[in-house]
Amino acid sequence: MIYRETGQFKSSYASDQAIFPIVQDRVLVLLGIAAAFVVPPLLANEYWLQAVLIPLLIYALAAIGLNLLTGYAGQVSLGTGGFMAVGAYSAFKFATSFPQLDIILVFLLSGLMAAAVGLVFGVPSLRIKGFYLAVATLAAQFFLVWLFNKVPWFVNYAASGTITAPPRSLLGVMVTGPEASAGARYVVALGLVAVFALVAKNLVRGRVGRSWMAIRDRDIAAEIIGVRPLRTKLLAFGISSFYCGVAGAEFVFLYLGSAETLAFDINLSFLVLFMVIIGGLGSVLGSFLGAGFIVLVPIFLTNVPHLIGLSLPVALQKQMELMVFGALIIFFLIVEPNGLARLWQITKEKLRLWPFPH
Amino acid sequence: MPCAPTAPSSTPISGSPMIELLRGVLVAPFADMAGNLTFLTEVLFGGVAAGLMYSLVALGFVLIFKASGVFNFAQGVMVLFSALTLVGLMEKGVPVPLALGLTFLTMVALAFAIERIVLRPLVNQPQIILFMATIGLNFFLEGFGEMAWGANVKKLDIGIPDTSFIVRGVQVNRLELTAALTAAVLVGILAVFFQRTKIGRALRAVADDHEAALSIGIPLKTIWVVVWSVAGLVALVAGIMWGAKSGVQFSLSLIALKSLPVLILGGFTSVPGAIAGGLIIGVGEKLGEVYWGPLVGGAIENWFAYVLALAFLLVRPQGLFGERIIERV
Amino acid sequence: MPRARTALIGLLALAVMLGPLASVVPAQQAQGIFVPLLVYRTGPFAPSGIPIANGFVDYFTLVNERDGGINGVKLVWEECETQYDTKQGVECYERLKARNPVLVNPYSTGITYQLIPKAAVDKVVVFSMGYGMTAAADGRWFPWVFSFPTTYWSQASAVIRYIGQQEGGLDKLKGKKIAHIYHNSPYGREANPTLEDLAKKYAFELTLLAVDSPGQEQKATWLQVRRLNPDWIFMSGWGVMNQVAVKEAASVGFRMDHLIGNWWSASDADVVPAGDGAKAYKGATFHAPGTNFKVFQDIVKHVYDKGKGAGKKEDMGAPLYNRGVANAMFSVEAIRTAMGKYGNKVLTGEQVRWGFENFNLTEQRLDQLGMKGFTRPIKVSCEDHEGNGPVLIQQWNGQKWQVVSEWVQPMRDVVRPKIEAAAIEEGKKLDYTQRDCQKEMSSGPAPAQKKR
Repeated sequence: MIYRETGQFKSSYASDQAIFPIVQDRVLVLLGIAAAFVVPPLLANEYWLQAVLIPLLIYALAAIGLNLLTGYAGQVSLGTGGFMAVGAYSAFKFATSFPQLDIILVFLLSGLMAAAVGLVFGVPSLRIKGFYLAVATLAAQFFLVWLFNKVPWFVNYAASGTITAPPRSLLGVMVTGPEASAGARYVVALGLVAVFALVAKNLVRGRVGRSWMAIRDRDIAAEIIGVRPLRTKLLAFGISSFYCGVAGAEFVFLYLGSAETLAFDINLSFLVLFMVIIGGLGSVLGSFLGAGFIVLVPIFLTNVPHLIGLSLPVALQKQMELMVFGALIIFFLIVEPNGLARLWQITKEKLRLWPFPH
Repeated sequence: MPCAPTAPSSTPISGSPMIELLRGVLVAPFADMAGNLTFLTEVLFGGVAAGLMYSLVALGFVLIFKASGVFNFAQGVMVLFSALTLVGLMEKGVPVPLALGLTFLTMVALAFAIERIVLRPLVNQPQIILFMATIGLNFFLEGFGEMAWGANVKKLDIGIPDTSFIVRGVQVNRLELTAALTAAVLVGILAVFFQRTKIGRALRAVADDHEAALSIGIPLKTIWVVVWSVAGLVALVAGIMWGAKSGVQFSLSLIALKSLPVLILGGFTSVPGAIAGGLIIGVGEKLGEVYWGPLVGGAIENWFAYVLALAFLLVRPQGLFGERIIERV
Repeated sequence: MPRARTALIGLLALAVMLGPLASVVPAQQAQGIFVPLLVYRTGPFAPSGIPIANGFVDYFTLVNERDGGINGVKLVWEECETQYDTKQGVECYERLKARNPVLVNPYSTGITYQLIPKAAVDKVVVFSMGYGMTAAADGRWFPWVFSFPTTYWSQASAVIRYIGQQEGGLDKLKGKKIAHIYHNSPYGREANPTLEDLAKKYAFELTLLAVDSPGQEQKATWLQVRRLNPDWIFMSGWGVMNQVAVKEAASVGFRMDHLIGNWWSASDADVVPAGDGAKAYKGATFHAPGTNFKVFQDIVKHVYDKGKGAGKKEDMGAPLYNRGVANAMFSVEAIRTAMGKYGNKVLTGEQVRWGFENFNLTEQRLDQLGMKGFTRPIKVSCEDHEGNGPVLIQQWNGQKWQVVSEWVQPMRDVVRPKIEAAAIEEGKKLDYTQRDCQKEMSSGPAPAQKKR
């Protein structure tokens, strides 16, 4: 009854192949996106914007990138942190060397740099598979972090060794730097992730996505029917690194403001991988849900004691947070191993039928 | 300080930068090595000792992967947790042998709990889901260990002094020697365990094919508990060795990262591979850092180990001793 | 298991709906001057973070209990766990910002760099005592950031001066081999440019040895040390790197009394694993270790005896505990300075900033506080947010840390020009303009950050 699908007939191939074929879905999603652009900057306080929503969007973008590589193309990669670092540092170099460049262009260029680096580090994937590849991508992670640490040119020879986002404006509004309001940064991040999510969704629905999934499921059979493994895998690495690069640039420019290489270490790679697995491998929506889980649950757990008036010593609170977080992950996986996206899918299917059982 | 080998003298030769670079990479380090054989022996020994310490941690991974097909992300935290339990008990006044026994029992209890809560509900799930479950386990044990035993660094004294003695001009560290010998003995025991005992055979059967093993009556649940307990014991030994070096604290759990190159080089499923991989990575890492490191400013150990392992993988994609992956269409 | 799944979906839906309400619930507002405490009592750096946090809390409790607050105005603080992680630090800061903090002590290089640009906008003083961005010691570019009594570059120069003293004069340094073993991060590298300049000036051979984070395995570094056989080693370590380094130094047989750690590398936790091997290990500091000062008796009387101690009484006097006490004392006295001008009430960030900038701790005041000899008098000015404080060398004797030197002056003539050059660079990155201190002094404080 919620989804009255009677009367919705498709009369063209285009409408049949739409991302949201059901009219209610399409309306809801468009309304939701509009609301996301309008409501938080007006209503949310700075804490929610700065500490929750902006990192959520940035992590979601990185998670989409990793999902394309790991969920759709089946290449497990632990180099996400390194590729994000490439994006961040190249964005810094572009922004400081060419101050007149538009900030969006800077992000895109840094994404391209990260894509180039990703292509290079993706070459071993032709020979190495599975968890071995994951560990091999750690070589990329450690090497890139070491490189940015060691070569002072990347930080413009600053004594501090950190990169700081220079103040830039977009359409007259400051979007980076200390004067940029959290609302402005949120809108930019949301715009970028919405566009890139749409691109990703279309990629995976088309020929490229299908070739990735073929390689993931049965790579030898795929090769036999004409999917070229070299091009497909490298394309996956390249596009995934592009997304991670842009996310890395946003990480420094829109969220942290300044960063040292410690911010891009192995923990970040693991964090994004967790988001992808919890959210659901092979699902763009899953990347958002996973990012939401990983960002929101710790904050939720930190704030719950305040809410119920319980005041625990901070160390104990943090330790319990870790324990609950770990237990939640295991619980989620037992109940739904395919991730949050599958939970959403089941919910939707039930909603489509409700109140009928089948 | 006891008589130390002299530092290399650099003789600048004018030439093009390219030739300088090639000379620096291909010639000078080897000349350096040849010029001071005692020091080279020390570096090699240091590499062997470090490598064996990495193997200790890698062994835990191998055991679990071999028998249950799970890549146990929580192995590092298990090293930390077991060491914390041991030191915590010792600090409370429990005599050392009893503390060791109690810690082992704790690890067995942990193995039971993991099998019941994590492995049994997730049987037959794809590898990456099980990997994620061990990540959840990692977080849980991290918080639990710290909550139970505190976050301060704790001294672990196993009665071996961390001093060195000189053998023909080469400085040898007692603690490292003990760790190396322990690792070797442990691997020997494990090898015998796997090859000669009934349980070892059952473990190999399970590693080969779960369903076939089930069909001939091997109790999968018992096997898993045994494997995770043995891995816990290996983690305890690794925790003792590493904890004696740095004190028992959170960063012990990060050693797992350093032993991943050992794993991929040796193969995920091979116990001798863990040792061979450890030796190669340990020696390679030290040689690289001491002789080639100064060229690029040092601290290259982290990625050098991975690049080394990667180079080997390109030749043998399943590791030196790993099972050949037979791909079917 | 469909029922568990349905339950899970329901739970998630509930969480999503209730989540935003969490921010609406108002936090309890106690009356007083609010200081957030960013601490790390868990995680990889907890062994260092715990004593610092305890020192802070104990001194703040002392001020409230013994004095009834700062000039009668109570101090209110809240600890927030960051695990030394920049992202968690940002989250803590944003959450506690709503309670009008007047100053923040980030205790992490990463978090400090995060907060420096925000300080001017949010009007919160960033007090990075002895760490953080060294360039911010030039107050003309960074009016909201203070790092007194000293910085990393001054420390490096003071340590070289001390080594010179030990060798019989700075001219005797010629030809000596000094190694700097450092954590491979911007923090660890801080001392390098200063050391390089001093190596040229005094003609000693400087070797820089980086240790990869986290520094659990340092065999290669110490093999190189063994080959190099330096006369002195200066160490800028952090976390487990310290413990392993001290142990390795002992095991290769290096003279421990020629190994000097910086003030984050020489505390109780760092010498615990090495046991007897760590005896004679030296460290730099800018306040005395130990409890041999009247203020500690006060803390016992007013805090521990009333059951309000943050840690264990026996842990008082550890270098990092005293670091927390020193930091808390400076904070309190700066706020008191501000109250001298603006009155005894709950102050704003701007007013506290004035207090920091006009901070003048005299020998008498130290005596009144019960800290005679604990640290040196310090005077902060508009240009100099560092105060050029002297450095002390302490040594571990197997049981506790003891002071083994007089107060060593840093080489201001070498360090200050570098600070000024770095400040121009860092300030330009953030689009700041240089303040005119003379003008401000005559026309009155105008700490608003001018943008181009």
